[in-house]
Amino acid sequence: MTRSAKKGPYVDEKVFRKVQKALQAGSHEAIKTWARACTIVPEFIGMTFMVHNGKMFHKVFVTEDMVGHKLGEFSPTRTFRGHSGRKAATPGAAPA
Amino acid sequence: MPRVAGVDIPNDKQTVISLQYIFGIGPAFALEICEKVGIDPKTRAKELMEDQLGKINTILERDYVIEGALRRQTQQNISRLREIGCYRGMRHRRGLPVRGQRTKTNARTRKGPRKTVAGKKSVKELR
Repeated sequence: MTRSAKKGPYVDEKVFRKVQKALQAGSHEAIKTWARACTIVPEFIGMTFMVHNGKMFHKVFVTEDMVGHKLGEFSPTRTFRGHSGRKAATPGAAPA
Repeated sequence: MPRVAGVDIPNDKQTVISLQYIFGIGPAFALEICEKVGIDPKTRAKELMEDQLGKINTILERDYVIEGALRRQTQQNISRLREIGCYRGMRHRRGLPVRGQRTKTNARTRKGPRKTVAGKKSVKELR
């Protein structure tokens, strides 16, 4: 079930405030956040986020194509290192 | 046999059915097209007049994304997901189910034929 359109996208308030502050200041410092459910809105383009995955922060540089996705989609929470007994499975396709 | 949308040559079935041989046209769109052109969906495709075929062609071209164009669009959507490095894109890259299905069992459509691992205990051996 998709989110009802009348509510509009869910954007974490704190993150949004921080983004606007950064835009005004013109700073390019990465914004550390735990708000994985926060939708990426056009204002975020060009920003860098550090998105928590439960253990560490993944650096996410937001490009135009990412608008509409959630921050959490870019910070994988699981690591698959291959099955035991199999020789060196393909290394994780996630480049951070 | 009538030719519609370039290469597609639906046969002597009902028009609604034969239109569905076009990639991108299903039951709903086929009926919609028949309505727009103003033909009985049950007339056989071979009985269609030249001008009706022309009308179908223009409508298909104007209002629908079909065949190559549709395939390209789908491919572009997938490659976009791959490039931005999101979760769905990663699943596409690895050839695993994209929409949260289980992978402990099943998921053979995405994963392909089973790759049996030597030395792994089967259910039978465990008993």
